[in-house]
Amino acid sequence: MADDSGNFRSATIAVLVENEAGVLARVIGLFSGRGYNIESLTVAPVDEDRRLSRITIVTSGTEMVIEQIKAQLDRLVPVHKVSDLTLAGPHLVRELALIKVVGSGEHRVEALRLADAFRARVVDATTESFVFEMTGNAEKVDAFCALMRPIGLAEVSRTGAVAIVRGSSALSV
Amino acid sequence: MSATSPHAATQPLTMSGAEVVLRALKDQGVEVIFGYPGGAVLPIYDAIFQQNAIRHILVRHEQAAVHAAEGYARSTGKVGCVLVTSGPGATNAVTGLLDALMDSIPLVCLTGQVPTHLIGNDAFQEADTTGITRPATKHNYLVKRSEDVARVVHEAFHVARSGRPGPVVIDLPKDILINKAPYVEAPPATQPHRSYRPVTAPDMAQVRKAVALMKQAERPVIYAGGGVINSGPEASRLLGEFARLTGFPVTNTLMGLGAFPSQDPQFLGMLGMHGTYEANLVMHGCDVMLNMGARFDDRVTGKLSHFAPTAKKIHADIDPSSINKNVKVEVPIVGDAGQILAAMIQVWKEDSQPPKREALAAWWRQIDTWRGKNCLQYVQQGKIIKPQHAVKRLYEITRESGRDTFITTEVGQHQMWAAQYFGFEKPNRWMTSGGLGTMGYGLPAAMGVQIAHPDALVIDIAGEASILMNIQEMATLAQYRLPVKVFILNNEYMGMVRQWQELLHGGRYSESYSAALPDFVKLAESFHGVGLRATEESQLDDVIREMLATDRPVIADIAVAKDENCFPMIPSGAAHNEMILGPGQEGGVAGVTDEGKVLV
Ligand SMILES: Cc1cc2nc3c(=O)[nH]c(=O)nc-3n(C[C@H](O)[C@H](O)[C@H](O)COP(=O)(O)OP(=O)(O)OC[C@H]3O[C@@H](n4cnc5c(N)ncnc54)[C@H](O)[C@@H]3O)c2cc1C
Ligand SMILES: Cc1ncc(C[n+]2csc(CCOP(=O)(O)OP(=O)(O)O)c2C)c(N)n1
Ligand SMILES: [Mg+2]
Repeated sequence: MADDSGNFRSATIAVLVENEAGVLARVIGLFSGRGYNIESLTVAPVDEDRRLSRITIVTSGTEMVIEQIKAQLDRLVPVHKVSDLTLAGPHLVRELALIKVVGSGEHRVEALRLADAFRARVVDATTESFVFEMTGNAEKVDAFCALMRPIGLAEVSRTGAVAIVRGSSALSV
Repeated sequence: MSATSPHAATQPLTMSGAEVVLRALKDQGVEVIFGYPGGAVLPIYDAIFQQNAIRHILVRHEQAAVHAAEGYARSTGKVGCVLVTSGPGATNAVTGLLDALMDSIPLVCLTGQVPTHLIGNDAFQEADTTGITRPATKHNYLVKRSEDVARVVHEAFHVARSGRPGPVVIDLPKDILINKAPYVEAPPATQPHRSYRPVTAPDMAQVRKAVALMKQAERPVIYAGGGVINSGPEASRLLGEFARLTGFPVTNTLMGLGAFPSQDPQFLGMLGMHGTYEANLVMHGCDVMLNMGARFDDRVTGKLSHFAPTAKKIHADIDPSSINKNVKVEVPIVGDAGQILAAMIQVWKEDSQPPKREALAAWWRQIDTWRGKNCLQYVQQGKIIKPQHAVKRLYEITRESGRDTFITTEVGQHQMWAAQYFGFEKPNRWMTSGGLGTMGYGLPAAMGVQIAHPDALVIDIAGEASILMNIQEMATLAQYRLPVKVFILNNEYMGMVRQWQELLHGGRYSESYSAALPDFVKLAESFHGVGLRATEESQLDDVIREMLATDRPVIADIAVAKDENCFPMIPSGAAHNEMILGPGQEGGVAGVTDEGKVLV
């Protein structure tokens, strides 16, 4: 890599791909093979007849590396579109988390109070546990988990980020 | 695309999947397929047996099948075709596939697979071929439905040959080959693929920007690479035209040799690690660089932070991922080299701005002083044959013969000497493993070239170590009566390794001696070929002439100086102006830094 010091940034990249066997392996193999970071990656079909999937990747690197990542993604045969949402303008980033907290007595009360403040919903409860569901950006989920840790955080399942640009413009094939 | 053609469903199915494969190959213009049989592909072999349109060449190792297809493809501009069985057949092909990927060679490789219902069960000779070859191919397919067979074959050829060319694997489970399958025609060329649409026509605004920059140039250079060859012979012609129009000096990468005539006065020779003094100093000192279809490989740039420090750079490449990968450029142009050159010629002529002729003349005077260094000179005296001299005489004698000559190489010092001392006037005459540097490439590649050009002179310039890596192909040469010539520069060393050990590891020649070599003359004979040997300079020309006159496979074992090194050399991690020149020449300022030592 040429001198491209500094300018390390994070990028949220949306990729529209053919929903076919192996496509996810191609994308992940590209990142591992070329030594790019994956902070999170989500994928699901997004059109009516399930022929298109949308992959959302959060990555980071220098400007030159991020441009490489986009060019490398774009040249995969089943890739339709690559969009760098970080450059595309204001966009929404959300992830869904299911968070299990185990405890009793005061801890349960405290857990519910914090959940309320974070707008996390109780989706399962037993006498010694709760499962909370929350959506938000990664920082919000991180903060919630950090607060729950001393109270009895037992298990976390997170989707990773999905993202979309604000306003009327739409990414399509 | 998963849709079946509407007619296909209504027609009664008469062909097996294997027959559909062959029909699709034929419709794609395949004339030759290089392969090796096995259980999983027997249905295709059965179909091959029952037709005449496609010729099968039985190699002796699957790696060689792929290199042969590469030689065929590089020397014709067509897509090379390979057929191997599942498991070990497919894994043996992997080196060749990666070689083709690195050097942008269009191939389609059919691999057998266990039947669909056994996939994932560790069945006999099962390998996860699409998994293993994913990073070694431009694209790959596992065909799981009979109705996809024809479409996938057509698509594979389109992907292999279009955009930046590369190898494509089609993994074919045995039940898919045996079951009846519908045939569908290739989609018309006008119908774009759903998701894969490489750009070939350049953005004219970028072309104008580039031309404006070049008109202002005082110390320009055209650095042309393999992309010009990939684009087809017309691109090489246009490169010549553009060079004449501009008067700019031209250098070629290893992969670009032949894209510009070696005899042209504007040619500076190859650039890079073993490039000429003049080419590298021109690259170092230029103010405007036009990169036409080359990829700023580390063997070319040397130390990136010192690469062409004063140059404004234009990069014309069909693959956007090649641009700004290693070197940041001012004017990127995405498109096909031929189309870009045509556009540049047009814009150059239309543009009224005159070029800087006086500055250019001064630049040429400077270049001539660098040329005066005569960096490729060597001294041939006494009996011992200098390897450079052997290549030079081979070049001169073949040129006298007037025959259309194709050169392949193995990997090592001999490869570099071939690049330096053999001149190419036309594209597609030079086949070498540049990106992967695969020892064992040259003999099978030569076989593929000879199949494509039965009357041409095809020579593999080899090293005694490399040649042993696919020596079994001598049997293939015999079987098909392919009069390939193997010209071994036998220095009894893995010379390129020895050179690095001399330079970087205190002359500790660890495991780089070629011990227990076979008698290459007897070896040639035992493979039904002709063996020749030269041990003294006085025998060299006679051996070359006899080799050329022999209409059979020949191995010429040329005993050359054992301790010769390949110069000029830019050591890893050094800059273009830190070249080491040969003994008796000045230069050679650069020592190898610790930073350079970690590089390959
Ligand atoms: C022992 C050894 C020593 C070596 N030393 C040297 C050396 O001294 N000098 C040297 O030059 N090389 C050397 N090499 C080779 C080197 O490793 C690279 O393979 C070579 O430099 C790459 O050549 P290239 O840049 O022309 O690119 P290629 O690998 O030929 O790539 C072609 C480029 O053109 C683009 N392209 C493809 N088709 C088109 C088209 N139709 N239109 C436009 N663009 C297109 C591609 O996207 C790609 O970017 C050496 C190799 C070995 C094994
Ligand atoms: C398959 C493979 N293994 C190892 C290497 C590393 N390598 C590069 S050049 C070379 C020595 C080649 O020796 P020879 O064929 O005799 O050529 P020479 O350099 O002596 O001309 C080796 C081992 C390689 N390029 N390819
Ligand atoms: Mg040797």
